[in-house]
Amino acid sequence: MAKKPQIAPHYAQIVKDNEPKRPLAANCLKAFAVGGGLCVLSQALREIFLFRGMSANEATAVYLVILIGLTALVTGLGFYDKWAQWAGAGLGVPITGFANSMTSAAMEHRSEGFVLGVGCNAFKLAGAVIVFGSVSAFFFALIKWMLGVL
Amino acid sequence: MLKGRQTWWFENAPSLLCGACAGAEMESKGPLAGSFDYLYYDMRAGRESFEKAEQSIMEKAVEIALQKAHLQKEDIDVFIAGDLLNQITSSNFTARGLGCAYLGIFGACSTAVEGLALAALLISHGYGQRAATATVSHNATAERQFRYPNEYGVQKPSAAQFTATAAGAAIVAAAGEGQTKITCATIGKVVDFGVSDPYNMGAAMAPAAVDTVITHLQERGVASDYYDVIATGDLGKVGQGCALELFNRAGVAIKRSSFLDCGGLLYGGEQPVFSGGSGCGCLAAVAYGHFLNLMQKGQIKRLLLVGTGALLSPLTYQQKESIPGIAHAVALECR
Repeated sequence: MAKKPQIAPHYAQIVKDNEPKRPLAANCLKAFAVGGGLCVLSQALREIFLFRGMSANEATAVYLVILIGLTALVTGLGFYDKWAQWAGAGLGVPITGFANSMTSAAMEHRSEGFVLGVGCNAFKLAGAVIVFGSVSAFFFALIKWMLGVL
Repeated sequence: MLKGRQTWWFENAPSLLCGACAGAEMESKGPLAGSFDYLYYDMRAGRESFEKAEQSIMEKAVEIALQKAHLQKEDIDVFIAGDLLNQITSSNFTARGLGCAYLGIFGACSTAVEGLALAALLISHGYGQRAATATVSHNATAERQFRYPNEYGVQKPSAAQFTATAAGAAIVAAAGEGQTKITCATIGKVVDFGVSDPYNMGAAMAPAAVDTVITHLQERGVASDYYDVIATGDLGKVGQGCALELFNRAGVAIKRSSFLDCGGLLYGGEQPVFSGGSGCGCLAAVAYGHFLNLMQKGQIKRLLLVGTGALLSPLTYQQKESIPGIAHAVALECR
């Protein structure tokens, strides 16, 4: 893999002086509040479904579908990217971020048709999650199996 | 005539006969809204895609420029245009409708000044009586091509910039017509200080802007206060700060109040544009609208337009290449 280019030493300081600092602490707090809030909401939904007599598997599936559906709706209405600018990782990391990456890519490429546009591009961003999710699942399963053998 | 290594001195200084600009909703809420000839309140400009909208915006700017000059399409000898899309499609399709000789160019956000310099060169040497030059950018098409899908939720840092949805078109005519003359142009070289952050293109472009301005002043043999305004294209707050420091270190005195940035002028402080506006329509719209108005009113007599381009490619960025910068300058003066 090629190495990242280095910025000229005399210029690096000038750029650093002029670049506004990223508000790390504030970003972390916002991400924690929003991401945490989503988790609380999901848990609440799950508890309600369990209370109404669903099995644990059914309740999990239903609340995930609700979150994904709501994200797709909010993305389509044009709010998700604006909220994510404020909330950052709080809206990027949960499953809503995954749903947003697929919906936004599908919307974006609608102009090239359903097959070559939406079909080919819906996983443009989410594909990386699927690929590395599968790869890490394989290795974790391998480790688990080895521990069982020992 | 070539002065030094990079400056074209136009003996028969051609005129910038007139200019026109079109924008969209964000631009209509900015402080320069009044200088736009046409504003679209729909990002799709009534078309099916953002790309088609971008083309419509350029066509509108060219159409209005021709109207202002009381010219027909047939009166244009050459059309020089560029935009940010792959294969500069907005310019190609606009040229299709004009039916005249066409040169498509790409210099990222420096394209507007590159086009103006080339138009002036051709007209001053008699390769036509009138040339039209235009550039356009569209926020949604640029986001999609250079960054992520428009509706994708990603947090941008404050050094990022906002691509303007705007087009500017100008008519360049042979000496004898018009009040604003194009005296010279300095063609920039690619300058790369190794900046590789696509969310800080101002810092990537600033060294090129400084290099071109210093070269221009040296080769023309004037001090920076010769110009009432030196206007860069889209350095943004971050790039402008970097440029001022580079001027300072090079020992070139630049008055802060006359060193303006089109990307900074186009939007108000309360608008969510981070470091400032960008895109090759940004300088074109501000120069051919706002600045040309000021020149016609006599409030600016000498203007140095410095188009600044970050030669970013999403592909080479992912292959760990840096973002080279380029800047071209054109001097506009009242006759």
